[in-house]
Amino acid sequence: MNHEQHTLLKKLLESYGPSGNEEKIRDIIREEIRDYVTEIRTDTMGNLIAIKKGSGKKVMIASHMDEIGVIITGIDEKGFLRFSNVGGVSPYVSLGQRVLFQDGTLGVIGMEDLENMKDLKLNKMYIDIGAETKEEAAKKVQIGDMACFYQPMAVLEKNIVSKGLDDRIGCFVAIEALKRIQSSTNELYFVFTVQEELGLRGARTAAYGLNPDLGIAIDVTSTGDTPKAKPMAVELGKGPAVKVMDKSVLCHPIVKKMMIDTANQNQIPYQLEVLEFGGTDSGAIHLTRSGVPSGVLSIPCRYIHTPSEMVSKNDVENAILLLTKILEKPISI
Amino acid sequence: MPLKLLKNLTEACGVSGNEDEVRNLLHDAIAPYVDEIQVDPMGNLIAVKKGKEGYPRILLAAHMDEVGFMVKSIDDNGFVKFVPIGGIDERILISKVVQIGKNKVPGVIGAKAIHLQEPDERKKTLKPNQLYIDIGAKSKEEGEKLVKRGDYISFSSEYVEYGDQLVKAKALDDRVGCAILAEILKGHYASTIIAAFTVQEEIGLRGAGVAAYRTDPDIAIVIEGTTCYDVADIKEPDYITQLGHGPALSILDAASYSDKHIRNRLSRIAEKNNIKFQFKQGTAGGNDAGRIHLTKSGIPTATVSVPCRYIHSPVSVMHKQDFQNCIRWIELFLESIQKEEWIYES
Amino acid sequence: MNLENFLIQLIEIPGISGFEQPVSAVIEDTWNNYVDQIKKDKLGNLIAYKKGNARNPIRIMLAAHMDEIGLIVKDIDEKGFVRFTNIGGIDERTLLAQEVIIHGKEDVFGIIGAKPPHLQSSEERKKTIKMQDLMIDTGYSKAEAQKRIAIGDPITIRRKSIQLQNNRIAGKSLDDRAGVAVIAECFKELEKIHHQCDVYGVATVQEEVGTRGAITSTFHIAPDIGIAIDVGFGATPELPKDETLELGKGPGLGFGPNIHPKIYERLVQTADDYNIPYQMDLVPEKSGTDAQVMQISRSGLATGLISIPLRYMHTSVETVQIKDIQNAGKLLAYFISSLDNENLEGFLCR
Repeated sequence: MNHEQHTLLKKLLESYGPSGNEEKIRDIIREEIRDYVTEIRTDTMGNLIAIKKGSGKKVMIASHMDEIGVIITGIDEKGFLRFSNVGGVSPYVSLGQRVLFQDGTLGVIGMEDLENMKDLKLNKMYIDIGAETKEEAAKKVQIGDMACFYQPMAVLEKNIVSKGLDDRIGCFVAIEALKRIQSSTNELYFVFTVQEELGLRGARTAAYGLNPDLGIAIDVTSTGDTPKAKPMAVELGKGPAVKVMDKSVLCHPIVKKMMIDTANQNQIPYQLEVLEFGGTDSGAIHLTRSGVPSGVLSIPCRYIHTPSEMVSKNDVENAILLLTKILEKPISI
Repeated sequence: MPLKLLKNLTEACGVSGNEDEVRNLLHDAIAPYVDEIQVDPMGNLIAVKKGKEGYPRILLAAHMDEVGFMVKSIDDNGFVKFVPIGGIDERILISKVVQIGKNKVPGVIGAKAIHLQEPDERKKTLKPNQLYIDIGAKSKEEGEKLVKRGDYISFSSEYVEYGDQLVKAKALDDRVGCAILAEILKGHYASTIIAAFTVQEEIGLRGAGVAAYRTDPDIAIVIEGTTCYDVADIKEPDYITQLGHGPALSILDAASYSDKHIRNRLSRIAEKNNIKFQFKQGTAGGNDAGRIHLTKSGIPTATVSVPCRYIHSPVSVMHKQDFQNCIRWIELFLESIQKEEWIYES
Repeated sequence: MNLENFLIQLIEIPGISGFEQPVSAVIEDTWNNYVDQIKKDKLGNLIAYKKGNARNPIRIMLAAHMDEIGLIVKDIDEKGFVRFTNIGGIDERTLLAQEVIIHGKEDVFGIIGAKPPHLQSSEERKKTIKMQDLMIDTGYSKAEAQKRIAIGDPITIRRKSIQLQNNRIAGKSLDDRAGVAVIAECFKELEKIHHQCDVYGVATVQEEVGTRGAITSTFHIAPDIGIAIDVGFGATPELPKDETLELGKGPGLGFGPNIHPKIYERLVQTADDYNIPYQMDLVPEKSGTDAQVMQISRSGLATGLISIPLRYMHTSVETVQIKDIQNAGKLLAYFISSLDNENLEGFLCR
């Protein structure tokens, strides 16, 4: 990663953007890519759509801007905030974490006294922003406000650790590929989607509007390479993964083959991924209108949906390379 | 008279998939005030009240269906076995009164008398397949003359006004929304109003999406009756909403995240006009907005609800002021719409 | 076409969700004898079109899913054992000691082994073995296995069809190849009789993972009426009578919110007119079949559901009676021929 890439990634990762509140992320990406595309716009749902015109097949590339977070459901007399989850948030992972609100307000997640930690649920927990009364808290935070985890990006020798890698790393890969593509006859729709964590919502309406011939989502996937992990063949650092299936999609054989062939032709390492849980934007894209053949390029990621998600720098670079090569080739389907 | 209509609507049967009686009442109630009216293949009642050129097309949606049951079989002794439709708390079933089929054959959900129960039995909930409806028939043959397999069953519950401005009825979720929407249609607006009285909300938000697909609105507002649990022993934010504190504005639930622009407009209007309202707390559940906002290229959608205690039971309760405020609030929203507003390019 | 032979051919071919190509080819061969046009759409749904003879014909779509539940390769371990997960709702208890075929570069035979009872503790024996602890023994080392098998290859249970008494057939994937056979029988019958509406017979994909093929094919065809043909729970001793369909007593006709009441009534009327036996199939909430998504496609359509009684659903010994399939096919054909543009008002709205 060069300095510019480092700065961009840090900005993408550390910014605030829980589902439905992707404005900051959208602004960063728009600024970053506007000079590289023919057209750029935001749709009614908030998806950022960047188009590189071409005469060939229409390809939608989707990476989601939103991240998991929490939403405030109540403020008590002493100024403590009660909250619920936005997307898949574990109470155990949240305990003791710091959270960030849109206006920069910070809070800490605490819990009621419990006899048994097994009883820990989000409704036994609260956020402390340091306010002493309901009124004081209400000046900064209102019911319905969302917060995301607050953690700076850390760069290790081989890996990157941060909150929000799911799926800012996908956004990063798409941005970098978009910049590197020299020429392509395909019409490319780079879509930075909203509300993926709430049920693949942005991708669904964007795909309907764009009506592409082919869809590729860029997202993180789980790994099976940590101690006593749920068995899975994907490992960190062994290359980006070509998805076979997850709960939302059985990837289209033609798209899968195209991704594999491109990797082989360019000697880019890759892994095949069978994910037994979860889903991603391709799940929504492939069922749009009369059907859109779709695949997924995954970045292996440990500790997904925690403040310390971890990806490999090599995997990220290879994902950029593979995506660039896939999109540069005229696509026929 | 919106409350008169509400009474008639709540006393009608309209279990998901069998909304005919409710639809007919609504059809008659709104026909004088709209320009077009149609029923789609699923049974959604869709009416259009034309506005002026250059103003947005606004979808207002309320669901007609309620939770209930269906007849599964009639046993040799004339008892009716049944199966639930929609989310019903099994514990409320015993000793309730129901009405079966087009002829509204009355029946009671029976149970073994307390005297005959073992102490352990009393502690256990009876499952629907352990229960039966007694219509008074003495044999299968007699039962089958009155009731047949596949008949829809709804609770029987009279509309009662009581306490300090409270109303008790069955199916306030969402006949309250239907009554509000019917009342709103009497007004005059610059925007085109598309009223969708939807079907099958209670079994997976099934009707609303097709109504939105057919009508292509610019924005949508869903009008609901929602959970309210401000009773003894419960503390905020588990109330979800509070009775008499005004209609509730949804932010996030399992099916949608309300459009911010519509939400902000609604709050500003309420504050400016001194309309008491509340934010719905908690994020569980979902309503027709879930389908509507994801239709085609996306439709900005928000939800306003009248708080209803004991929802999905034969004795749901609402506050008349919340009901009136909800009507006024949406009317003011519609009146606030400017030319070219909310019209998005696609 | 001999119905029984066609059905046997269908159920002995693999075609798990997302990998329907082999079964699709067989269906195409047979359906092609009776239709005007046949094509595959982008997700692999097979769409056969049979023209009606009205000037502005309405469109009716018949959908039966051709995919079956199955397994998929997840990993190959150090010793060459193949780890797998499920596609669709698999009962883990049915997997032990089954013979399977892994459809890799070549078909690879394997068995799902089990720890011998002698080595199990009495506690262990009471518990079902989880899928993640099961493995397929192909007899190959890791290196040899990798030459033939890759992550993502589909796996099916190796099962020949079994002829039982009373013209009953047992085997895998009768859910919903029985429905595919119904459409074939219907097409065959329509060769002999007049019909006004355009008929689209669709062998849908990916039903078992969420009725996905029906979502896109219904959108594509945009029919006025949609009928799903699927299987319903056949009566066995442990199941309540009022929740099941009896084998041999005719197809089940779906009734409930998912089904347009007038379609149900017309099906019943047609069955009565032609003396075809039928059973009421109660669907109080969502049907879990293609009909569920067909009904809410685009602006909504009038849907019906025909269910073939089937025992032991989602196992490799699913059982049906041929006569029920035949009756369903004929009923559908007569139903279709009874529709004309004039009498459709009640279907297209309510």
